[in-house]
Amino acid sequence: MSTHKQLQVSAIENGTVIDHIPADSLFKVITILSLDTIPHQITFGTNLDSRKLGKKAIIKVSQKFFEDDEINKIALVAPDVKLNIIRDYEVVEKREVRIPDVVVGIVKCFNPKCITNNEHIVTRFKVEDKRELALKCHYCEKITTKDELIMV
Amino acid sequence: MKNKSLVSINDYSKEEILQILELAAEFEANPNQPLLKDKVVASLFFEPSTRTRLSFETAINRLGARVIGFSDSSSSSTSKGETLKDTIKMVSNYADLIVMRHPLEGSARYASEQSRVPVINAGDGANQHPTQTLLDLYSIKKTQGTLDNLTIIMVGDLKYGRTVHSLLMAMAHFNPTFYFVAPQELKMPREYIIYLQNKGITFYEQSDMTNLEKADILYMTRVQKERFSDSMEYERVKNAYILRNYMLENTKPNLKVLHPLPRVNEIHTDVDPNPKAYYFQQAENGVYTRMGIIAAIMGLH
Repeated sequence: MSTHKQLQVSAIENGTVIDHIPADSLFKVITILSLDTIPHQITFGTNLDSRKLGKKAIIKVSQKFFEDDEINKIALVAPDVKLNIIRDYEVVEKREVRIPDVVVGIVKCFNPKCITNNEHIVTRFKVEDKRELALKCHYCEKITTKDELIMV
Repeated sequence: MKNKSLVSINDYSKEEILQILELAAEFEANPNQPLLKDKVVASLFFEPSTRTRLSFETAINRLGARVIGFSDSSSSSTSKGETLKDTIKMVSNYADLIVMRHPLEGSARYASEQSRVPVINAGDGANQHPTQTLLDLYSIKKTQGTLDNLTIIMVGDLKYGRTVHSLLMAMAHFNPTFYFVAPQELKMPREYIIYLQNKGITFYEQSDMTNLEKADILYMTRVQKERFSDSMEYERVKNAYILRNYMLENTKPNLKVLHPLPRVNEIHTDVDPNPKAYYFQQAENGVYTRMGIIAAIMGLH
């Protein structure tokens, strides 16, 4: 192997690079951002070596620039993500994600007796603890924790 | 408070709670006041609860309003597969107020969002039952003369008991001191402990029924066998949380024993004749409290 640093996933001209995704959260991120339905070129790599995360994943989306509310949704499963905004092959901006105060329509309530698991209702949670991730259901008032997190 | 749904006890401020309790006292002094003669109240019981339903319907009738509804979902359109949303949309076109009991948690909040008229939660699964809390507060105020600076001992299932959680949060407005008496498996959940710590409220946790002589209110709840993962553990603790009459000997003269009912064996029947036993009057207070709640929501003073 050469000492020359090689890109593990090829570069894009314009768009967004989502880096430092925990490898096991890659497909959750794809689902949350609905990347399976957008028409632009997407490349991704997973199980890449990372000093910080052990194994990480990376997604490069061409021609796509995310709004804050849109991208902050992934903070639930990938809190340490780094966003690189690319224009003409250059990184023009670096951003991080923040866990929002209110989580709407992304996560299922863990409580099987909650009304949201029994009728078609958009879920809604207040984030009680951002570090440990504790989501209080607006309806049944029960707390869904990190280990119980299931995407809608 | 006019037109404001009552889903959780936290929906109402300290002032609003006190206003309801004052109205309840007025209705107790004079129970037949047909103030809502031209109103229709829907009483929607998606699961049976005879005690709560009769209490509400008595309150509605004493206020002179008329009741529509059902007492069990098998006699409602739910049995045909209608969603809660559709039932509420329809009924809120007919009635001026909805009283609802439902087995699913969060159903009352959802109904209040779908309804054009206010919704009173008469119990949504294991979640909230705020009118029970208000009648507990009414009973405490009536017997103690005040809600401020009281010592309250809560006994039994403090983990799953929704009545103790709601009462704890409501009493937190009034600088109480709490003693929590429960077996290890049914201890007060951490979220409520943190809640009290943040409010600077004094509380003690213990696993035996001591310190009764300090109490103004002894709030008993049922320890249910099905709450235990280990049935041996249940057999071991079940008799530790039974109140017997002799245990009340050295208690304060103003002490009252409360229980949300139904009881099984956690209060021995030898307590019943003791003037400190208050659980049956507590249930009666439910009618006046519910009259107060309905009147406040319908905008009466």
